[in-house]
Amino acid sequence: MQHNEPDRNNNAGQEARRDFLKQSTLLTALSLTPSVVVQAAEKHLDEKAAAYFEQVTLKLTINGKPYTLSVEPRVTLLDLLRERLNLTGTKKGCDYGQCGACTVHIDGRRTLSCLTFAVMHEGQAVTTIEGLAEAGPQGKLHPVQEAFIRHDGFQCGYCTPGQIMSAIGCLREDRANSPDEIREYMSGNICRCGAYNNIVDAIAEVKKGGQKV
Amino acid sequence: MIPQKVDYKRAGSVAEALSLLSANPDAKILAGGHSLIPAMKLRLNSPSLLIDIARISELRFIHEQDGGVKIGAASTHHDIVSNATIRELYPAMAEAGELIGDTQVRNVGTIGGSIAHADPSADWPAVLLALGATINVEGPAGAHDIPASEFFTGFFSTALEEGEIVTAITLPAPSAAHQSAYKKFMQPASRFAIVGCAVAIVADGGTITDAKVAFTGVSDAAFLDEAVAAALIGQPAIPETIEAAANAAAEGDIHINEDHFASQAYRKHLAKVYAKRALVEACGL
Repeated sequence: MQHNEPDRNNNAGQEARRDFLKQSTLLTALSLTPSVVVQAAEKHLDEKAAAYFEQVTLKLTINGKPYTLSVEPRVTLLDLLRERLNLTGTKKGCDYGQCGACTVHIDGRRTLSCLTFAVMHEGQAVTTIEGLAEAGPQGKLHPVQEAFIRHDGFQCGYCTPGQIMSAIGCLREDRANSPDEIREYMSGNICRCGAYNNIVDAIAEVKKGGQKV
Repeated sequence: MIPQKVDYKRAGSVAEALSLLSANPDAKILAGGHSLIPAMKLRLNSPSLLIDIARISELRFIHEQDGGVKIGAASTHHDIVSNATIRELYPAMAEAGELIGDTQVRNVGTIGGSIAHADPSADWPAVLLALGATINVEGPAGAHDIPASEFFTGFFSTALEEGEIVTAITLPAPSAAHQSAYKKFMQPASRFAIVGCAVAIVADGGTITDAKVAFTGVSDAAFLDEAVAAALIGQPAIPETIEAAANAAAEGDIHINEDHFASQAYRKHLAKVYAKRALVEACGL
């Protein structure tokens, strides 16, 4: 089954705030634009927009589901996930590759989704934090998610999706054999609340338990 | 921020990338994008076209050649540090590669991109200078080689001509008694080198017969410090030699960088300290 963009009418309550923010931003932008420009823009808006925002067809597998999308080349994978597909679990922190909040897996490798354009990943498989737990409301969480909860590996939680995606990478790469090694190989994920000790404990516990990640 | 509008083409071969580049002078070559995309977001760079070379298989390889190693330009930092031959022959490559950014960055960033971008604080340039690497380049006039010592010409500047791309990096065969090391003092968030020092020495029967010492982060571009090398060659590989040679680092008429991380005086001091650490390791002391 092909998945395209989410149907906003089916989860109206959830999306209302996001849509309101988008609309109000657009209105603000229009109100700040000189009226001559607005008139001209209204006349040719559709064709101009189509010509200006040249799109590329992109096939991606995201969390096991195939997507066929039309995107501008300048759209980062992070913005595609968050703004177009409503997969807002992946967070935008610094947007410059220093904080690790946007970490996802691309073809199994942990990658910064803010520092890569979506079009570069034609045909590749992306896994986000939403793709870890078993499907359904009763679905079991991923062992690393459970360990983070048990060890309180977060405070505000903003960095947590990136931390968890990175922690899975760290475990799969066999770089979680000591607290020092975990700290080094998790160095790309910053936690401003300072939950580092608990994050290290959570990862060490999954390593010790030998669960498949 | 969001970059300016840009077109995108994925090149299937070096020849296709070069023809796209010659037809679009404003185009930029995109491999890992970890230097280019931040620059595009800040609108420091707004190319009309991105030519993606990341999937060109003739650019992503690591193989042995004449006792040395040839590395395709689109090889990621991870590809390099996980290569057993490179780890065995050139310890400085492994040490430097493992200190680039973090795992996420190393999974995507490429060596060709790093050297073509020529950030004055990047790690690879110092290592390639110390190891006497050759940069393999291809352009409208065909393929040619540039010694690393002539490649890094200044602040974000290289000897690449218009329309040329880096295709590979060739590391020469190390001699039997060759040792190398890389040590750096890093900026704690970005992990770029505030001062990085790469050394390669040949010590024959306790005497240093050849030495190359290169710095990154210290000046506008990575450079070979001839004064340190001169103080090592012909001398016994003992702590006194290293002490004297390291103290000669970053002297003379070298422009020393200064920023809010480190003053000129502090950088100069760090250059001597990290030269000493790298030399101690390379000499096995």
